[in-house]
Amino acid sequence: MLLEKLCNLDGVSGNEGAVRDFIKSQISSYADNISVDNIGNLIAFKKGSDSSKKVMLSCHTDEVGFIINGITKEGYLEFQTVGGIDTRVIISKKVRIGNIKGIIGIKAIHLTTKSERENIPKVKDLYIDIGAKDEEDAKKYVRLGDYAAFDTDFELLGKSSIKAKAIDDRVGCYILTELIKQPVQYDTYFCFCTQEEVGLRGSRVAAYKINPDICLVIEATTCSDVKGSVPHGYSTIMNKGAAISFMDRTTIYNKDLYEWLYELAKKNNIPVQYKNLVAGGNDAGIIHLTNNGIPTLSVSLPCRYIHSPCGIASLDDIESLKKLSLCFIKNIGEII
Amino acid sequence: MRGMKNLENTIRTLSDLRGISGFEYRISDEIFNLFKPYCDEIKQDALGNIIALKKGNKGNKKIMLEAHCDEIGLLVSDIDENGFLSFVNIGGVDSRILPSAEVIVHAKRDIKGVIGAKPPHLQDADEENKSIKIKDMSIDTGLSKEEVKENIIIGTPVTLSQSVGKLLNNNISLKTLDDRAGVAAILEIFKKLDRIDADLYASISVQEEVGLRGAKTSAFSIMSDFAIAIDVCHAITPDNSKEAFDSGSGVVITVGPNIHPKISQKLLDIAKKYDIKTNIEVSNGDTGTDAWAIQVAGAGIPTGLLSIPLKYMHTSVETMNLDDFSALVNLIEKFLKESDEFSEDWLCY
Repeated sequence: MLLEKLCNLDGVSGNEGAVRDFIKSQISSYADNISVDNIGNLIAFKKGSDSSKKVMLSCHTDEVGFIINGITKEGYLEFQTVGGIDTRVIISKKVRIGNIKGIIGIKAIHLTTKSERENIPKVKDLYIDIGAKDEEDAKKYVRLGDYAAFDTDFELLGKSSIKAKAIDDRVGCYILTELIKQPVQYDTYFCFCTQEEVGLRGSRVAAYKINPDICLVIEATTCSDVKGSVPHGYSTIMNKGAAISFMDRTTIYNKDLYEWLYELAKKNNIPVQYKNLVAGGNDAGIIHLTNNGIPTLSVSLPCRYIHSPCGIASLDDIESLKKLSLCFIKNIGEII
Repeated sequence: MRGMKNLENTIRTLSDLRGISGFEYRISDEIFNLFKPYCDEIKQDALGNIIALKKGNKGNKKIMLEAHCDEIGLLVSDIDENGFLSFVNIGGVDSRILPSAEVIVHAKRDIKGVIGAKPPHLQDADEENKSIKIKDMSIDTGLSKEEVKENIIIGTPVTLSQSVGKLLNNNISLKTLDDRAGVAAILEIFKKLDRIDADLYASISVQEEVGLRGAKTSAFSIMSDFAIAIDVCHAITPDNSKEAFDSGSGVVITVGPNIHPKISQKLLDIAKKYDIKTNIEVSNGDTGTDAWAIQVAGAGIPTGLLSIPLKYMHTSVETMNLDDFSALVNLIEKFLKESDEFSEDWLCY
């Protein structure tokens, strides 16, 4: 399964090569031109039947993870987080640095004080243990600046949900990889951007260069229909379809555009919901401000426990997101 | 090297079994069958302990080796209207290891899940440095509420699902080394040791993690002349060097009031004789292991305690060095062989 392969690849921001190479191998026969730009974005161009307009479809190849910034005398790896990771989800989890396995441990509960148990250690007080004997031994396997990713297997949960790392935004990569197989009306740029998680870096230069007439960002977003949350704080709801954004922390979306997309989904019987919380942000935040301003829309997959070792998402929602993105391409002539 | 691979497989097989305290019946058949080929008698007592006997050439004495087979875990305590499962901990679980942990819910069938909590964007700024309370977490199976209601009931045991495997340098990180490593050691002894003069008993005990309960009844029913409990102790990690030993530095022999001094001395002497790496752990009273229960079973049983240093105990990434495990098995084997020559009064004060 393509999405499974994509999620199981490691591509922490700044180290997206494996994801880029895999996608390139999947799409090369469908594109009229493929290039990798100066920041590592993979851009596939597909000529449309009408070259009067340019459409950009954007997703990101990177995922949140870790970068090694020290090795102790005893051979433990010091690290920093790359992208937004809540320290609470990384304790007692497994990670990998390429094919070297590691764990982020914590001392036994027997040795803790009440106050230690009530507070979360700082990242600088946590270590990755790869089983090295000492610093010299560790250096045989790991260099400063190496990246570590969550070591989580993609799996189905029941018949209708998936559990994986990096659903954000390999689901976008998956959908773009599928969409490029379809004929397009306008000249279309399929952009697999780098470094979204560290500040929307890749999409900025991609959008500058392409300067499209419209852009659709395909993403994963927070879904919090979980215990401890209240309905007005849900953001999105799992199994209710793809989520269209009207506002997030980086973008106020164009009302005519998002309402058009919402109605389009309804007309085509595609399950859809609004992301009803002004939280998070994505590449749209940079793209819509690029050059003279680029009309931009975001559609996202609701993903529970996003930015953690284990996200959960619905297969039906993935299908909705795919259908809605395709619907966008096919009907884009209505609005540009 | 081949021998090491076999040891690793034995440990892995046992670690992968899933039986939290009070629910060891889920794994007792497997443990029973692992021991059966290597003993003369095997039975399960009323509390669920598995007791195996390898008869001695003379049968003039009884020696008991003991390890516990239960593991820490969770128990489903409530199911909400959307199918999210609330839970309580069984045994000592640091709640900080749970958010975003993968689990297996042992319902009618095994159901996978992830532990979730309120997401960061809905929390107050100061919450992110505070650990989440277990009552504010839930297990998300990704199933519809109908499927959850149909398959899962309150009181269903849950285990942590993560197992990492081999790290560098013979280090291994598995779900449950406390105390399946001890069970594995006893199984190895039963496999490789020829009959000794004494009757050799194994007690694979239940419910250690909730208060040393299984060993109370197994020690009573076997009533051995002396006993050795096998468990894990803390290994040094970057966040703790107290009450702990370097992983890879050998087997740990405990001394203190819980331990019969002649037994710890004999273990130390034999380790020295065969050049087996050891450390001494000093415990001023309760060792927190089944040795504490065994020592006062019936009219009292002279008891020793051997441990393997374990990093990150009671987490889903428990890690030990297989060299320490080999040293442990080696020491017990040599000790048992030499026991034929122990004088009648070797345990007298």
